[in-house]
Amino acid sequence: MQSHINSLPAERIARAAALIRGGLTTEVETRPCSGTGAVEIDAALPWGGLPRGLHEIAMSAADAAGAGFVAALIGRRPSRGPILWCRPRRVALDAGDPYGPGIAELGIEPARLIMVEAAKPADLLWAMEEGARTKGLAAVVAEGVTPDLTAGRRLQLAAEAGDGLILLLQSGRQIVPSSALTRWFVASIPSLPEAGGPGRPCWKLELWRCRGGGRPQDWMVEWDDAALSLSVVTQMADRPLAATG
Amino acid sequence: MVLTGSGQGGIRLTAVDGAAARLGLSAGMPLADARALVPGLNVADAAPQDDAKALAALADWCTRYGPWCAVDGADGIRLDITGCAHLFGGEAAMLRDMERRLRGFGFAARGAVADTPAAAWGWARYRGRNRPPVLETGQTDLLLSLPVAALRLDVASLDTLAVLGLASVGAVAALPRGPLSQRLGEAVLERLDRLFGRLAEPITPRPVAEPLISRMIFPEAIGRWEDIDAAAHRLVGHLCAGMSLKGQGARRLELGFYRVDGGVQHIAIGTSSPTHSPDHILRLFAERLGTVAPGFGIEAMVLRASETEPLLSRQSAFSSAGQADPAALAALIDRLQNRLGSHRVVQLIPIESHMPERAERQKPASVEDSSPRKHRKSASLSMAEAFYKQGRSARPLSLLPIPEPIEAIAPVPDDPPLTFRWRRNLHRVAFADGPERIGPEWWLPGQQGRARDYYRVEDAAGRRFWLYREGLYGAVEPPRWFLHGFFP
Repeated sequence: MQSHINSLPAERIARAAALIRGGLTTEVETRPCSGTGAVEIDAALPWGGLPRGLHEIAMSAADAAGAGFVAALIGRRPSRGPILWCRPRRVALDAGDPYGPGIAELGIEPARLIMVEAAKPADLLWAMEEGARTKGLAAVVAEGVTPDLTAGRRLQLAAEAGDGLILLLQSGRQIVPSSALTRWFVASIPSLPEAGGPGRPCWKLELWRCRGGGRPQDWMVEWDDAALSLSVVTQMADRPLAATG
Repeated sequence: MVLTGSGQGGIRLTAVDGAAARLGLSAGMPLADARALVPGLNVADAAPQDDAKALAALADWCTRYGPWCAVDGADGIRLDITGCAHLFGGEAAMLRDMERRLRGFGFAARGAVADTPAAAWGWARYRGRNRPPVLETGQTDLLLSLPVAALRLDVASLDTLAVLGLASVGAVAALPRGPLSQRLGEAVLERLDRLFGRLAEPITPRPVAEPLISRMIFPEAIGRWEDIDAAAHRLVGHLCAGMSLKGQGARRLELGFYRVDGGVQHIAIGTSSPTHSPDHILRLFAERLGTVAPGFGIEAMVLRASETEPLLSRQSAFSSAGQADPAALAALIDRLQNRLGSHRVVQLIPIESHMPERAERQKPASVEDSSPRKHRKSASLSMAEAFYKQGRSARPLSLLPIPEPIEAIAPVPDDPPLTFRWRRNLHRVAFADGPERIGPEWWLPGQQGRARDYYRVEDAAGRRFWLYREGLYGAVEPPRWFLHGFFP
């Protein structure tokens, strides 16, 4: 208690001021924390990749593209630390539990996953904040929770204190006010079939919101499940459909 | 009543009670012979490990007579009562008291007091029926009259002595030492020397399990939160200092609050790995201290480490950059588990099973299991890699806990469906991959069922699902379709 009061003057006032200014300021940091792996997308982001902090990834129901994008982002990180995956039980019943063998195929050791289940949103937010504050975690992923502006701001500060990436998976296209640094919408798109079966996963990535100057745009990307990398495919129409043969 | 265990040439008796001994049974006899002698024999399996545990507990109890107690063999306890006997009214009185109490517990015990541990061992077991239990100093003739079995030699040596016609300790002791050791080995001489006190036989006392506890009694009852917090700080600091001296770390701690009105409240915390860091423990308690109701005041606080483990030396200095600090990670897991419950903070453990829903299990998270380096070797990755390399069908990114039935239209048997309806939405299948047949694990109980044909399908919108058909077309029971997982 004492030490907090002693360290109050300049530092805490500055921090409080930053909190109050909230969304108005663009005091985002410059260095990226995690690249997406696709040059075109990284170039469109003011940080040259995703910075530490809160990122929202929206998706439509029963579409695992969002989870795939999250796994792709985490797989790109140099950190091999654990991943804290927080969700309420109803999400597991609705959209399934992360499945170890499938996660391993995306290049992430299943043992790195720490699953947290909490019924109350307050507990989930608390777990996320604790995780974000802990150094060495590769990412904090949350599903089925919508932090309000204050909670979002707290998460952002926690992520800056640790060196974490908080990835918030949300379903639906509705836009809620939030303090996230970026907001994406990810949807599956038809893939290029290989030998009659489904081909590599293809997603449409829509960058809806990007604090610090990025303008909304979208890309079609293909996930290479052998090289574990994302690549932008420019025009779907030009692709050699003959391969379906 | 006899106890049996598997021995040479089948099941043999390992112990007999008094009634059985009177009927002519003895330990070492084959069970079949014993049954022939006594048809209505009461037989039970011997449990040597439980016996050892009970004996150890009894040895702990014996420390009430003196601090130097040790388990002696599989059926004895020895005590060094030097300087203790007078507290119980002399050696004989002490032994009577001990035997009376042991009988009260339901044990049949034979005790003896002698000058050396070896002599006491022999005297307790092989003295004549009407001899006194206490062997006074100088009664060497009594010792010499004991049978050779009192020397505590192995069976082979005893047989040799019997062949030589040596029946008593005195007969052996009278032989010249040189030829004796040549014939029977050094062990006999050593035993003789121990018996007569020429060779010391120290007792290794049982380690006393000292509970890790720290307590604080307040001269005046406290009730303010700051005071409770400060007291908790001091208790934790004191206990942690004690634990680090012993190289122990706590896995479970209980903090008890004793109120002036006689009420007691306990708060307990658990940790995922042994710790003696005061900061870590205090942070875990800090979340629970709010639930303490001081009432009219707390007059004492007791902190007890109810579960401890030896603290392994950490190699944090070698952990590479970008990897989680184990201490910070342990602190995180502990805080999450203490607030949410350990079953809500879990890790996925791979299991070798063909059934997708059985191929992994959830287990409360711990630091040891989340270091990727260790798991590189373990089954998790190698199994998934094996799937991949063999060109086996991919596994979904997420799996529904319970497969959901779908309405599927498949015009051709053994073909993926053209359309299916799941959660009231119709999906048109654009591409499909499969089937991958997964049979039930019929060798496991409760795993009878029908084979499943799994298909990876992509609908017109590009969403990918993992479907399966249970059963075959044309069978008595029509096949049913299920949705089991999602691919990215």
